[in-house]
Amino acid sequence: MASALITMPKAARAGDVIEVRALVQHAMETGYRRSSEGALLPRDLIRRFTCSFVEGTGQSVSTSDGSSKPGSRLVFAATLHAAVAANPYFAFHFRAERSGTLIFIWTGDNGFAHREQVNLLVT
Amino acid sequence: MNRRTLLRAGAAGTLLIAMRSLAANIVVSPILSELARAYAGPGAVLREGRVKFDITPLVENGNSVPVEVTVDSPMTTAQHVTGIAIFNEKNPQNDVAVFELTPLCGRARVATRIRLATSQQLIAVAKMNDGSCWTHTVEVIVTTASCVEE
Repeated sequence: MASALITMPKAARAGDVIEVRALVQHAMETGYRRSSEGALLPRDLIRRFTCSFVEGTGQSVSTSDGSSKPGSRLVFAATLHAAVAANPYFAFHFRAERSGTLIFIWTGDNGFAHREQVNLLVT
Repeated sequence: MNRRTLLRAGAAGTLLIAMRSLAANIVVSPILSELARAYAGPGAVLREGRVKFDITPLVENGNSVPVEVTVDSPMTTAQHVTGIAIFNEKNPQNDVAVFELTPLCGRARVATRIRLATSQQLIAVAKMNDGSCWTHTVEVIVTTASCVEE
Protein backbone atom coordinates (compact mmCIF):
# COMPACT_ATOMS: atom_id res chain seq x y z
CA MET A 1 0.00 0.00 0.00
CA ALA A 2 1.16 3.40 -0.85
CA SER A 3 2.04 5.81 1.84
CA ALA A 4 1.35 9.52 1.92
CA LEU A 5 2.47 12.42 4.01
CA ILE A 6 0.38 15.50 4.75
CA THR A 7 2.08 18.48 6.36
CA MET A 8 -0.21 21.16 7.72
CA PRO A 9 -1.01 22.81 11.04
CA LYS A 10 -3.47 20.97 13.30
CA ALA A 11 -5.04 24.20 14.46
CA ALA A 12 -5.56 27.68 13.09
CA ARG A 13 -7.34 30.91 13.88
CA ALA A 14 -10.46 31.74 11.87
CA GLY A 15 -9.49 33.61 8.72
CA ASP A 16 -5.92 32.30 8.67
CA VAL A 17 -4.60 30.98 5.38
CA ILE A 18 -2.59 27.84 6.06
CA GLU A 19 -0.21 25.96 3.80
CA VAL A 20 -1.02 22.34 3.04
CA ARG A 21 1.62 20.00 1.63
CA ALA A 22 0.77 16.58 0.28
CA LEU A 23 3.29 13.96 -0.77
CA VAL A 24 2.47 10.45 -1.95
CA GLN A 25 4.75 7.53 -2.70
CA HIS A 26 4.47 6.61 -6.39
CA ALA A 27 6.98 5.90 -9.18
CA MET A 28 5.03 7.91 -11.81
CA GLU A 29 6.32 5.60 -14.55
CA THR A 30 6.15 7.69 -17.72
CA GLY A 31 5.79 4.94 -20.30
CA TYR A 32 8.79 6.32 -22.21
CA ARG A 33 11.54 4.50 -20.31
CA ARG A 34 13.02 1.14 -21.16
CA SER A 35 14.21 -1.57 -18.81
CA SER A 36 17.77 -2.89 -18.96
CA GLU A 37 16.46 -5.61 -21.33
CA GLY A 38 15.13 -2.98 -23.70
CA ALA A 39 11.44 -3.54 -23.08
CA LEU A 40 9.30 -0.43 -22.76
CA LEU A 41 8.16 0.00 -19.16
CA PRO A 42 4.37 0.37 -19.16
CA ARG A 43 2.91 3.70 -18.12
CA ASP A 44 1.78 3.83 -14.51
CA LEU A 45 0.73 7.28 -13.35
CA ILE A 46 -1.33 8.97 -10.72
CA ARG A 47 -3.89 10.87 -12.79
CA ARG A 48 -5.79 12.92 -10.27
CA PHE A 49 -5.40 14.43 -6.84
CA THR A 50 -8.19 16.16 -4.94
CA CYS A 51 -8.44 17.88 -1.60
CA SER A 52 -11.90 18.61 -0.22
CA PHE A 53 -13.20 19.99 3.03
CA VAL A 54 -16.00 18.70 5.25
CA GLU A 55 -17.16 21.09 7.92
CA GLY A 56 -17.77 20.01 11.50
CA THR A 57 -15.92 18.15 14.23
CA GLY A 58 -16.31 14.77 15.83
CA GLN A 59 -18.07 13.18 12.88
CA SER A 60 -16.50 10.24 11.14
CA VAL A 61 -15.81 10.86 7.50
CA SER A 62 -15.31 7.38 6.16
CA THR A 63 -16.66 7.25 2.62
CA SER A 64 -14.07 6.30 0.04
CA ASP A 65 -15.02 9.21 -2.19
CA GLY A 66 -14.79 12.37 -0.15
CA SER A 67 -15.47 14.65 -3.07
CA SER A 68 -19.01 13.37 -3.65
CA LYS A 69 -20.00 13.30 0.01
CA PRO A 70 -22.75 15.79 0.83
CA GLY A 71 -21.35 18.82 2.60
CA SER A 72 -17.92 18.26 1.15
CA ARG A 73 -16.50 21.11 -0.87
CA LEU A 74 -13.59 20.96 -3.27
CA VAL A 75 -10.58 22.98 -2.14
CA PHE A 76 -7.92 22.05 -4.67
CA ALA A 77 -7.46 19.49 -7.42
CA ALA A 78 -4.75 18.50 -9.85
CA THR A 79 -4.67 16.53 -13.09
CA LEU A 80 -1.26 14.91 -13.42
CA HIS A 81 0.72 13.90 -16.48
CA ALA A 82 4.01 12.06 -17.02
CA ALA A 83 5.98 15.27 -16.43
CA VAL A 84 5.10 15.30 -12.73
CA ALA A 85 8.10 13.94 -10.83
CA ALA A 86 8.02 10.61 -8.96
CA ASN A 87 6.42 10.78 -5.51
CA PRO A 88 4.09 13.64 -6.49
CA TYR A 89 4.29 16.62 -4.17
CA PHE A 90 1.82 19.48 -4.06
CA ALA A 91 1.75 22.54 -1.86
CA PHE A 92 -1.29 24.78 -1.83
CA HIS A 93 -3.27 26.90 0.62
CA PHE A 94 -6.48 26.69 2.60
CA ARG A 95 -8.42 29.46 4.26
CA ALA A 96 -9.46 28.23 7.72
CA GLU A 97 -12.93 29.51 8.61
CA ARG A 98 -14.49 26.67 10.61
CA SER A 99 -13.24 23.42 12.11
CA GLY A 100 -13.50 20.37 9.91
CA THR A 101 -11.69 17.67 8.01
CA LEU A 102 -9.55 17.90 4.91
CA ILE A 103 -9.81 14.81 2.71
CA PHE A 104 -7.05 13.94 0.25
CA ILE A 105 -7.61 11.46 -2.58
CA TRP A 106 -5.15 10.22 -5.19
CA THR A 107 -6.29 8.02 -8.08
CA GLY A 108 -4.41 6.62 -11.06
CA ASP A 109 -3.54 3.83 -13.45
CA ASN A 110 -3.89 0.16 -12.50
CA GLY A 111 -6.61 0.99 -9.98
CA PHE A 112 -4.36 3.12 -7.81
CA ALA A 113 -6.30 4.82 -5.02
CA HIS A 114 -5.13 6.35 -1.79
CA ARG A 115 -6.94 8.45 0.77
CA GLU A 116 -5.87 10.51 3.76
CA GLN A 117 -7.71 12.83 6.08
CA VAL A 118 -6.57 15.45 8.56
CA ASN A 119 -8.65 17.25 11.13
CA LEU A 120 -8.27 20.99 11.48
CA LEU A 121 -9.32 22.81 14.62
CA VAL A 122 -10.28 26.44 14.03
CA THR A 123 -10.49 28.74 17.02
CA MET B 1 43.77 44.64 -10.38
CA ASN B 2 45.68 42.19 -12.51
CA ARG B 3 44.81 40.83 -15.90
CA ARG B 4 43.16 37.65 -14.57
CA THR B 5 40.63 39.33 -12.32
CA LEU B 6 39.83 41.82 -15.06
CA LEU B 7 39.09 39.01 -17.51
CA ARG B 8 36.99 37.17 -14.95
CA ALA B 9 34.94 40.28 -14.18
CA GLY B 10 34.38 40.86 -17.88
CA ALA B 11 33.14 37.32 -18.48
CA ALA B 12 30.77 37.46 -15.50
CA GLY B 13 29.38 40.77 -16.70
CA THR B 14 28.74 39.46 -20.20
CA LEU B 15 26.98 36.42 -18.79
CA LEU B 16 24.82 38.58 -16.56
CA ILE B 17 23.80 40.78 -19.48
CA ALA B 18 23.05 37.71 -21.61
CA MET B 19 20.88 36.19 -18.87
CA ARG B 20 19.04 39.43 -18.24
CA SER B 21 18.18 39.93 -21.91
CA LEU B 22 17.02 36.32 -22.03
CA ALA B 23 14.63 36.87 -19.16
CA ALA B 24 13.36 40.22 -20.41
CA ASN B 25 12.16 39.28 -23.86
CA ILE B 26 11.39 35.63 -24.39
CA VAL B 27 9.84 34.88 -27.74
CA VAL B 28 7.16 32.42 -26.66
CA SER B 29 7.36 29.21 -28.67
CA PRO B 30 4.37 28.66 -31.00
CA ILE B 31 3.64 25.28 -29.37
CA LEU B 32 3.31 26.88 -25.95
CA SER B 33 1.13 29.76 -27.11
CA GLU B 34 -1.15 27.31 -28.90
CA LEU B 35 -1.45 25.10 -25.78
CA ALA B 36 -2.16 28.16 -23.65
CA ARG B 37 -4.86 29.29 -26.09
CA ALA B 38 -6.44 25.82 -26.07
CA TYR B 39 -6.51 25.82 -22.26
CA ALA B 40 -7.95 29.35 -22.13
CA GLY B 41 -10.81 28.28 -24.39
CA PRO B 42 -12.30 29.87 -27.50
CA GLY B 43 -12.58 33.64 -27.43
CA ALA B 44 -10.58 34.09 -24.24
CA VAL B 45 -7.99 36.84 -24.21
CA LEU B 46 -4.52 35.82 -23.05
CA ARG B 47 -2.32 38.41 -21.48
CA GLU B 48 1.07 38.37 -19.87
CA GLY B 49 1.25 39.33 -16.21
CA ARG B 50 -0.41 38.63 -12.84
CA VAL B 51 1.20 35.16 -12.88
CA LYS B 52 4.64 34.43 -11.50
CA PHE B 53 6.26 31.17 -12.56
CA ASP B 54 9.17 30.41 -10.26
CA ILE B 55 11.73 27.90 -11.45
CA THR B 56 15.49 27.87 -11.31
CA PRO B 57 16.92 29.01 -14.69
CA LEU B 58 19.67 26.40 -14.51
CA VAL B 59 18.43 22.88 -13.75
CA GLU B 60 21.03 20.34 -12.71
CA ASN B 61 18.71 17.35 -12.43
CA GLY B 62 15.69 17.15 -14.74
CA ASN B 63 14.13 14.31 -12.74
CA SER B 64 12.76 16.53 -10.02
CA VAL B 65 12.57 20.27 -10.57
CA PRO B 66 10.75 22.37 -7.96
CA VAL B 67 8.32 24.85 -9.51
CA GLU B 68 5.99 27.38 -7.99
CA VAL B 69 3.18 29.37 -9.59
CA THR B 70 1.74 32.39 -7.78
CA VAL B 71 -1.14 34.45 -9.13
CA ASP B 72 -2.05 37.95 -8.06
CA SER B 73 -5.65 37.43 -6.89
CA PRO B 74 -7.62 38.11 -3.67
CA MET B 75 -9.18 34.59 -3.92
CA THR B 76 -12.65 35.76 -2.83
CA THR B 77 -15.94 34.36 -4.11
CA ALA B 78 -16.26 37.40 -6.36
CA GLN B 79 -12.69 37.33 -7.67
CA HIS B 80 -10.58 34.22 -7.79
CA VAL B 81 -8.38 31.94 -9.84
CA THR B 82 -10.24 28.87 -11.11
CA GLY B 83 -7.33 27.07 -12.73
CA ILE B 84 -3.61 27.02 -13.37
CA ALA B 85 -2.02 24.96 -16.15
CA ILE B 86 1.65 24.27 -16.81
CA PHE B 87 2.88 23.23 -20.26
CA ASN B 88 6.35 22.37 -21.49
CA GLU B 89 7.82 22.69 -24.93
CA LYS B 90 10.11 19.69 -25.45
CA ASN B 91 9.22 16.77 -23.16
CA PRO B 92 7.67 13.75 -24.96
CA GLN B 93 4.30 15.15 -23.83
CA ASN B 94 3.50 18.86 -23.56
CA ASP B 95 1.16 18.58 -20.57
CA VAL B 96 2.67 18.89 -17.11
CA ALA B 97 -0.24 19.46 -14.74
CA VAL B 98 -3.56 21.29 -14.52
CA PHE B 99 -4.65 22.61 -11.14
CA GLU B 100 -8.13 23.62 -10.03
CA LEU B 101 -8.40 26.28 -7.37
CA THR B 102 -11.37 27.55 -5.37
CA PRO B 103 -12.01 30.52 -3.06
CA LEU B 104 -11.43 28.04 -0.18
CA CYS B 105 -7.73 28.17 -1.05
CA GLY B 106 -7.42 31.70 0.26
CA ARG B 107 -4.22 32.22 -1.68
CA ALA B 108 -3.42 31.52 -5.32
CA ARG B 109 -0.16 29.65 -5.01
CA VAL B 110 0.78 26.13 -6.09
CA ALA B 111 4.10 24.33 -5.76
CA THR B 112 5.11 20.95 -7.15
CA ARG B 113 8.05 19.05 -8.65
CA ILE B 114 8.30 18.26 -12.34
CA ARG B 115 10.44 16.43 -14.92
CA LEU B 116 12.29 18.15 -17.73
CA ALA B 117 13.74 16.21 -20.65
CA THR B 118 15.88 19.01 -22.00
CA SER B 119 16.49 22.77 -22.03
CA GLN B 120 13.26 24.42 -23.05
CA GLN B 121 10.51 26.93 -22.39
CA LEU B 122 7.66 26.44 -19.96
CA ILE B 123 4.43 28.39 -19.64
CA ALA B 124 2.07 28.85 -16.71
CA VAL B 125 -1.49 29.90 -17.56
CA ALA B 126 -3.93 31.15 -14.91
CA LYS B 127 -7.65 31.26 -15.58
CA MET B 128 -9.74 33.70 -13.56
CA ASN B 129 -13.42 33.37 -12.68
CA ASP B 130 -14.14 36.46 -14.83
CA GLY B 131 -12.84 34.55 -17.86
CA SER B 132 -9.56 36.41 -18.24
CA CYS B 133 -6.34 34.43 -18.67
CA TRP B 134 -2.82 35.40 -17.70
CA THR B 135 0.50 33.81 -18.58
CA HIS B 136 4.15 33.74 -17.65
CA THR B 137 6.72 32.01 -19.84
CA VAL B 138 10.13 30.97 -18.55
CA GLU B 139 13.21 29.51 -20.17
CA VAL B 140 15.31 26.88 -18.43
CA ILE B 141 18.61 25.20 -19.16
CA VAL B 142 18.75 21.51 -18.18
CA THR B 143 22.12 19.86 -17.73
CA THR B 144 20.95 16.30 -16.83
CA ALA B 145 17.83 15.18 -18.64
CA SER B 146 14.88 13.17 -17.42
CA CYS B 147 12.29 10.86 -19.06
CA VAL B 148 14.64 8.94 -21.34
CA GLU B 149 17.46 7.81 -19.07
CA GLU B 150 18.00 4.28 -17.65
